[in-house]
Amino acid sequence: MVDFSGALLELIRLTSTDLPPDVEAALHQARSREQPGSAAAGALDSILENVSLAREKSSPICQDTGTPLFYVRYPAGSSPRRLRGQIRQAVAAATKKAYLRPNAVDSLSGKNSGNNLGDEAFPTIHFEEIEGDDLTVELILKGGGCENVGAQVSLPDDRLNAGRDLEGVRRVVLDAVHRAQGQGCAPGILGVAIGGDRGSSFAASKEVLLRPLDDVHPQAELAELEARLLQEGNQLGIGPMGFGGETTLLGVKAIGLHRLPASFFVSVSYMCWAYRRRRMVVHGDDVSYS
Amino acid sequence: MNHLGLPISPDDIRRLRVGDPVLLTGVMLTGRDAAHKWMIDTFIKKTRLPTGDDLQVEQAIRPLLAGGAIYHCGPVVGGLDTQDYRFLAAGPTTSIREEPYQGDVMQHFQVRAVIGKGGMGPKTLAACGEAPGVYLHAIGGAATLIAQTVTRVLGVHKLDFGVPEAMWVIEVKDFPAVVTMDAHGKSLHAEIEARSAERLAQLVGA
Repeated sequence: MVDFSGALLELIRLTSTDLPPDVEAALHQARSREQPGSAAAGALDSILENVSLAREKSSPICQDTGTPLFYVRYPAGSSPRRLRGQIRQAVAAATKKAYLRPNAVDSLSGKNSGNNLGDEAFPTIHFEEIEGDDLTVELILKGGGCENVGAQVSLPDDRLNAGRDLEGVRRVVLDAVHRAQGQGCAPGILGVAIGGDRGSSFAASKEVLLRPLDDVHPQAELAELEARLLQEGNQLGIGPMGFGGETTLLGVKAIGLHRLPASFFVSVSYMCWAYRRRRMVVHGDDVSYS
Repeated sequence: MNHLGLPISPDDIRRLRVGDPVLLTGVMLTGRDAAHKWMIDTFIKKTRLPTGDDLQVEQAIRPLLAGGAIYHCGPVVGGLDTQDYRFLAAGPTTSIREEPYQGDVMQHFQVRAVIGKGGMGPKTLAACGEAPGVYLHAIGGAATLIAQTVTRVLGVHKLDFGVPEAMWVIEVKDFPAVVTMDAHGKSLHAEIEARSAERLAQLVGA
């Protein structure tokens, strides 16, 4: 099997240092909505300047390069075991080159491994075999600040007056945005999973963040929910960095999952404005990035 | 724009108000979760005895913290192999995790400026009133930009905590931040929290 570790190192470099165009465009739009001279406008100016500088210097956009979350879709015949080894090799190399901060800490001893390699779940790698010959690897770098403000609620929830319906989901999500305030580095992007079990629900709320910011959900009910949550989240007025302002959220992406009759989970993954996600596609001998 | 040199005098601290932008110049110390827990356990609550280089490190950081600034930051550092350290990416980390410790650390070490992101709670705000001190908000995620203001890395303590958690001694020039909690009991974070709670109540009809 071909050694992709060099190509994977480039995927990591690109993800850590070069913010995707859809996210940068959304940040520019957010900037134009804020009052000139406001703290919110100042924060977005610094954010946009930082995005340009990081790209130019090939230096991490944010020092918290987070948990590397890899999503690998491989053709029949590829070896997930070997790909895992190559991904881990690339992660260690990217850490040595300072594209990634050493982030893997042993929870019992407190020791940082120094190379971002921890147990099987660090880095996190999801594998799925697909039709066709292309190998696709997507990477999200999700920092700890935004990870800490994620939320999961089992409906019904009396405190939120939230029942087992989309209105209940709406209440859970708006409450989560309010609780997060600026802690998750607003303006944020929400991944919302409705249903599943606790594990599958949180996992789906992260994977849905792979969608482009400007797409529209094919299911009308969820498209409507996403648009409403985006609008109402922004009405909270928390603003960039929690300084107050017009833009608290850049996007909301939702997904519905089958659930047990007894369970109705709503999971919210909050992604910071430094929404670092990139894709690598291997087609024959050609490797492309987007 | 307020140009502030480190260490900062109590009078200069009292002059600062929520909303003021500042540019900091001088020597500061990074410290986050492990450092705060270590300071509290070893020197403030004394629930553990000093071991290893604990006492030497305390002696070394005490003069830096007195009247100085502690920065909640876990940097990306270049030159780890050669010990020719350079800060490559150095934005703030979320400060609220230090809320149980920060007020006591400010009082014990006479820290006058706490730098981070996301703001802190009532205990730290009370300590800002007494110390006197301020909370300075740096722009979260603006890590490469902020690293440009770190002119030199002067040293590091407790590198065995790991690169992000170690206490780095850094020299900064025109480090940008905004006062979001001042020595007069005002907190932008408390205001925004209350205002957004009202809007939330309107939206969900509570």
